[in-house]
Amino acid sequence: MSGTDKGGTTVKERAGLALNDEFLRKAVKFTTERLRNGKKAAAEQHGNWDEWRERGRQIRLHTIAHLDYYLNLFADNARKNGVHVHFAETGEEAVRISLEIARRVRAKTVVKSKSMVTEELHLNHALDSIGVEAIETDLGEYIIQLAGETPSHIIIPAIHKNRYQIADLLSAEAGETLPPDTTVLAGFVRKKLREKFLEADIGMTGCNFAIAETGSMVLFENEGNARMVTTVPKTQITLMGMERIIPSWADLEVMATLLPRSATGQKLTVYMSGITGPKRVADGDGPEEMHIIIVDNGRSLQLGDPEFQELLNCIRCGACLNACPVYRHIGGHAYGGTYSGPIGAVLTPALKKNVAEWDDIANASSLCGACYEACPVKIPLHEMLIYLRRRKVEAGRGNALETAGMKGFAAVMGNVKRYRTALKLGRIGQKLVVREGGIRLKVGPLKGWNAYRVAPSLAKETFRERWATLEQEIRSDLREMDPTMKERMERAARERENGKGGHSHGEG
Amino acid sequence: MKVSLFITCLSDAVYPRVGEAMVRLLARYGVRLDFPQVQTCCGQPAFNSGYWKEARESAATILKAFADSDFVISPSGSCTGMIHHYPKLFENDPEWLPKAQELQRKSYEFTQFLVQVLGVKDVGAVFPHKVTYHPSCHGSRLLGVKDEPLELMRHVRGLELVPLPFAEDCCGFGGTFAVKMADISGAMVTEKADHVRETEAEVLVGLDMACLMNIAGNLRYRGDKVKVLHLAELLEEGVKRA
Ligand code: SF4
Repeated sequence: MSGTDKGGTTVKERAGLALNDEFLRKAVKFTTERLRNGKKAAAEQHGNWDEWRERGRQIRLHTIAHLDYYLNLFADNARKNGVHVHFAETGEEAVRISLEIARRVRAKTVVKSKSMVTEELHLNHALDSIGVEAIETDLGEYIIQLAGETPSHIIIPAIHKNRYQIADLLSAEAGETLPPDTTVLAGFVRKKLREKFLEADIGMTGCNFAIAETGSMVLFENEGNARMVTTVPKTQITLMGMERIIPSWADLEVMATLLPRSATGQKLTVYMSGITGPKRVADGDGPEEMHIIIVDNGRSLQLGDPEFQELLNCIRCGACLNACPVYRHIGGHAYGGTYSGPIGAVLTPALKKNVAEWDDIANASSLCGACYEACPVKIPLHEMLIYLRRRKVEAGRGNALETAGMKGFAAVMGNVKRYRTALKLGRIGQKLVVREGGIRLKVGPLKGWNAYRVAPSLAKETFRERWATLEQEIRSDLREMDPTMKERMERAARERENGKGGHSHGEG
Repeated sequence: MKVSLFITCLSDAVYPRVGEAMVRLLARYGVRLDFPQVQTCCGQPAFNSGYWKEARESAATILKAFADSDFVISPSGSCTGMIHHYPKLFENDPEWLPKAQELQRKSYEFTQFLVQVLGVKDVGAVFPHKVTYHPSCHGSRLLGVKDEPLELMRHVRGLELVPLPFAEDCCGFGGTFAVKMADISGAMVTEKADHVRETEAEVLVGLDMACLMNIAGNLRYRGDKVKVLHLAELLEEGVKRA
């Protein structure tokens, strides 16, 4: 399936395509499993994972709470280093700034690496429209570009393709049949890209972290190409979301512990580059001109919103995608946005501030909380999904049938007499459809459920109807409570009043 | 001390045997459960779908039902988890907010109460069968009920616990999700049931009837005979056999 055209489809339709694509499902399962097992093992080995998660969360909370301050500090320091710093409020503005630079330096080609933000801005398209060729140099991105698709995973853009499909794509490019062998394929791409690096006019990257205290930007990667992109071409442009900031190098230590482990299970990526300004006189290499474009594009809408501000804490590690049982079955394109998986389901509508347009994405979750548990900075995505749903309902954009159904729900559940009556009626009604203790009927609201399951029937006697007899029976031979148990209960009651109850909510 | 049973609407209407097992099991320790009749549903279906006004109407029956209880025990991590959302649900209601906070503090999932509060690890049960366990997401992730059920099962004589592959993956229920996103949910439950079959266990056990209804529904749909039980039922059955 192509990820480039979502033309008016719903998440359900797109998910349907994915569910019928055995190759895609197998490929996604295979790689997400590998990544999440790696992450789990790395977290266990680390030994103190939850404490570090909390540290990471605190750093992000603090930075975002003082984002103005740190952004200015970063920009000041970067300028001192000789970097041209630009602020872009919208995606269009960021594109305009990028194109202006490209025109001014008369660029013909741009080599790119590690930038989901440029995907968000559809920058390749824009460059193409002014006759500038953009070449993706991360292996996965390169494959996606050849296929004319969009990434379906934040860090593994071609996750939905198996090596046979990749071999076919690369063979077409090579003009000869390449074997589906990862080493051979990567070798071909490396050779092909080397020429491109040498002739490129601009190197363009994203940024994993921007360090305010020195105005530096830090990139994590495994292929070494980002290093080439930032050193070979004369002009360097970094596009970063305005939330990528962290205060100091000391904070980077925590982030560098969390990010690679969460993303791939690595203790550290093969390369970690810190870049502080363009080439200086004594430097052997590096760009002569360096730009950093700081992109808002909907991010600041989350500032001051108590339910969504934590979204800006995201470090784009992809762990929530790898842990998500929905993503596992439908892959990334079904989400219909640049960012997929649980983070995408929340971030895409949040950045657009248009709940109605993206409403169905928020429904593509069973709210199991695996994303929250996996997240290195503990973003409660499972709760945000509910807030999104609520905002849509409050805006009067709920599905009419569902709204009526929920009114009925409240009428029945808000009053025990009506609840009892409803159960009695249900018991009479189900006589028509119950066979061998179950319901297999595939019409009405049971259609979707019964396409995969048998529905149980209502019990002949509800618990509340049985209660009176049950209670008498119990009372007749109730034992005396063990004094230690009694003591334990009293202690539990006391402790929780003092806020020491051992059962809190939300501890993943 | 007043220990009340929060039966949950699903166990009330479809699986009363689970409530009965809890009542009998706790009675063996001298805990006489109280059952307030005004309770209906925790409101989760409406809450999760974004209909919070409607959720509050339903939640009000729960807040009223357990206003003077000291402990509120339910057979579902998900419904107890919903009570943990009440402070958020009533955050703008100064009258109900303190009640919501109080109820959150005194609500427990069944095994949480049994193991953490009463300190029971061995109920003295015998259950000589191959069993596999599905840890439901809300109970294990959001309430943190992870070791309690395992501890209880470890002490059941004869019970052979077979690990469920990908146990922590959601079964695909998700309330209205199973209806709204039927095919995604279907793919998830099918995979979960496949894993249950792989274990060749005779019994699938869990702590949440909604998830178990989902998995059992798929197993039955495909003609599989694995027995599906709430842990309270298994323990009570095992005590009777001992
Ligand atoms: S939400 Fe958390 S887990 Fe998901 S990509 Fe962001 S940091 Fe990683």
